[in-house]
Amino acid sequence: MRISVTTSIFIGLMAGVALGPSAAAAEKTKFEFWYGLSGDLGERVQDACKKFNDSQSEFEIVCTSQNGYDATLQNTIAAYRAKKQPAITQIYDAGTLDMMLSGAFVPARKLMADNGYTIDWNNYFGGIANYYATAKGELNSFPFNSSTAMFYYNVDAFQKAGIDFKPDTWEQVEQAARKLKAAGYECPLAFNFDTWQLMEQFSAIHNQPLATKANGYNGLDAELVVNKTKFVDHVKFFKKMADEKLFVVKTKQLGMDLVPAFTSQTCQMIQTSIADHGTIGKSLPEGVKWDVAMLPVWNGTERQNSLVGGASLWVLAGRPEAEYKGAAAFLNFLATPEMTEWWSTVTGYIPVTKTGFDAMKSNGFYDKAPYKGRELAIESLSFTPTSENTRGIRLGGFTQIRKEFATALEAIFMQNADVQAELDNAVGRSNAVLRRFEKTYAGQTLN
Amino acid sequence: MDKRAAFRSWWLPSLFALPQIILILLFFYWPAVAVLRWAFTLEPPFGGAAEFVGLANFQEVFADPLYWNSVGVSLAFALCGTVATIFIGLVLALAVDRQLPGSAPFRFLYILPYAIAGPAAGMAFRFILSPERGLMASVNAAFPDFWNPAKYGSHALILVIVVFAWKWAGYTFIFLLAGLQSVPRSLIEAAAMDGSGPIRRAVDIQIPMLAPTLFFLLVIMMTEGFVGADTYGIVARTTDGGPNHGTDVMVYRIVEEAFRGLNYSGASAQSLVLIGLIMIFTFLQFRFIERQVHYK
Repeated sequence: MRISVTTSIFIGLMAGVALGPSAAAAEKTKFEFWYGLSGDLGERVQDACKKFNDSQSEFEIVCTSQNGYDATLQNTIAAYRAKKQPAITQIYDAGTLDMMLSGAFVPARKLMADNGYTIDWNNYFGGIANYYATAKGELNSFPFNSSTAMFYYNVDAFQKAGIDFKPDTWEQVEQAARKLKAAGYECPLAFNFDTWQLMEQFSAIHNQPLATKANGYNGLDAELVVNKTKFVDHVKFFKKMADEKLFVVKTKQLGMDLVPAFTSQTCQMIQTSIADHGTIGKSLPEGVKWDVAMLPVWNGTERQNSLVGGASLWVLAGRPEAEYKGAAAFLNFLATPEMTEWWSTVTGYIPVTKTGFDAMKSNGFYDKAPYKGRELAIESLSFTPTSENTRGIRLGGFTQIRKEFATALEAIFMQNADVQAELDNAVGRSNAVLRRFEKTYAGQTLN
Repeated sequence: MDKRAAFRSWWLPSLFALPQIILILLFFYWPAVAVLRWAFTLEPPFGGAAEFVGLANFQEVFADPLYWNSVGVSLAFALCGTVATIFIGLVLALAVDRQLPGSAPFRFLYILPYAIAGPAAGMAFRFILSPERGLMASVNAAFPDFWNPAKYGSHALILVIVVFAWKWAGYTFIFLLAGLQSVPRSLIEAAAMDGSGPIRRAVDIQIPMLAPTLFFLLVIMMTEGFVGADTYGIVARTTDGGPNHGTDVMVYRIVEEAFRGLNYSGASAQSLVLIGLIMIFTFLQFRFIERQVHYK
């Protein structure tokens, strides 16, 4: 047998690698993590991945942005169908039920137990964890970047208009809007057709259902009922305010969305995510006084906890066993108090565990200027124990349902369509989405 | 000597054709088969057991008033878009064909927008034609609500047609210019000596001789307007199908249904209907218009 020079060198090298002392250390288990965040937040995810890779020598996580939550869900589905799925994927709140029924994931508790990690699941804030848990409270996915909606207002404008109260109720918001208008502010409050603040968070804190069956937790046969709750009056109130030009529509289509409307000081009040807290602080000119509060409630309402927004991390089924060890290690790493604090500091998302939050509170994080106010998001999320209406939303095709309501709101506010008729219509269309979802997953039950 | 075959055996030409055949199978026939299958089943997003439902998906599509709305919007969009792109392309081509001094660089400039992706163009025009900022803000200041694509469906439709025409006029321009340049100079010169002006010459000589090119563009632009990837990109970036479904063209609806709604089955049924519609249009165009365009 003749062995060529190159082959013998190759064999020699292979032997060297196999026998060498560094052989085991060099073999890192690689696994993939897809996420939806982009821009500044996306880079912070990369930082987190780097921190993990630097922290140990056994695994290597490869993190890839899919640019947007919808795209991440779509790409995850496509990849799963092609059996090329990543080990971990970041799925937004609205995709939770789609994931739950997919049968395509390893439940969070099982993953950690199988890989020898003990996680105190009670350490997660109930308002956050319940969104991603089964009806029995078993977590399916890992809460990661969590937020909730807040009320932002321009304190300077309030002072100039002679408003000496914090807008805790919608009655006060109206009063403030009138004073701002009288003081010459053209846009006292800006709003858009994003249903997350206007409909979902409003319904939760007023303890109103979006749908029957505990917002879908008790069965796939849930139906929307939001056209028969306090939400209808709330929209009518917004419509009245909009007609008096006290509340002004600000959307991308009109050339300016909510956050820029607030940071350019065009508008003096907005409702948006706590995740925008950092951006708003950075974008407003130096010296402008502004503040953040929990979403207002109507007078006489017993405030309930608000709903969590953002996304959670799902571990997908069908990967080699070794990758799950890595995935569990990564998720355990993210859950450490140091990482929780770091993530919350650099992004504006809230800490998802009680120990993380307590650590941040005790070291004075929330007393410092740029972060002051962020603690109210946690207060809002954990204001009361969760009720049937505030545990979360467990409706199939929820992205589509959000779009149906956004379209209805657009028709109401831009085209003077009748409030009740449009909401009825959106409910009818959304129920059709739910029925199709139910049929698609016929025979499966929620756990 | 055999005139037809340059190859002696079948395998060599097959080998040359193979990459193309593989690509077509992979990117055209395979998805087409999936669409056919999904249109008659309820396909769970993550795969798994799909249930055969016969024509239920089609019934659902046809029973939806918003589907018929999207058919109407698509028709209006494709028709206006086609007329606009061909008309603008023709005017530009006639202008450049007259060989006015300095017209050479314009050939390049006119084709340039075609190189820009639809979504990017849509994004740019959203700002340029924003009712609160941009070009129209001053007009709106004088006449409130004169232009508001966020409020009026008709304005929004005009907006997406403007973006489409801006992008595709350069494409039609190239074809029409090539067509015009094959019109014999002697004919034009003779007409000019007989005293007919540029408009007369265009209407009586140049445009009739362009008929085959115009027909070709009519088919291409109608198809592009209905199913073009640009149509989706422009609508998604400019109006998001709104306000209140005012620009909800069929392709936009299909993509939204499939990927936002995760309703692969409904989207597949809609795709099949759209393909059927395109085939009917193309057939009608060839049947009734192509006959008129031949000249001797």
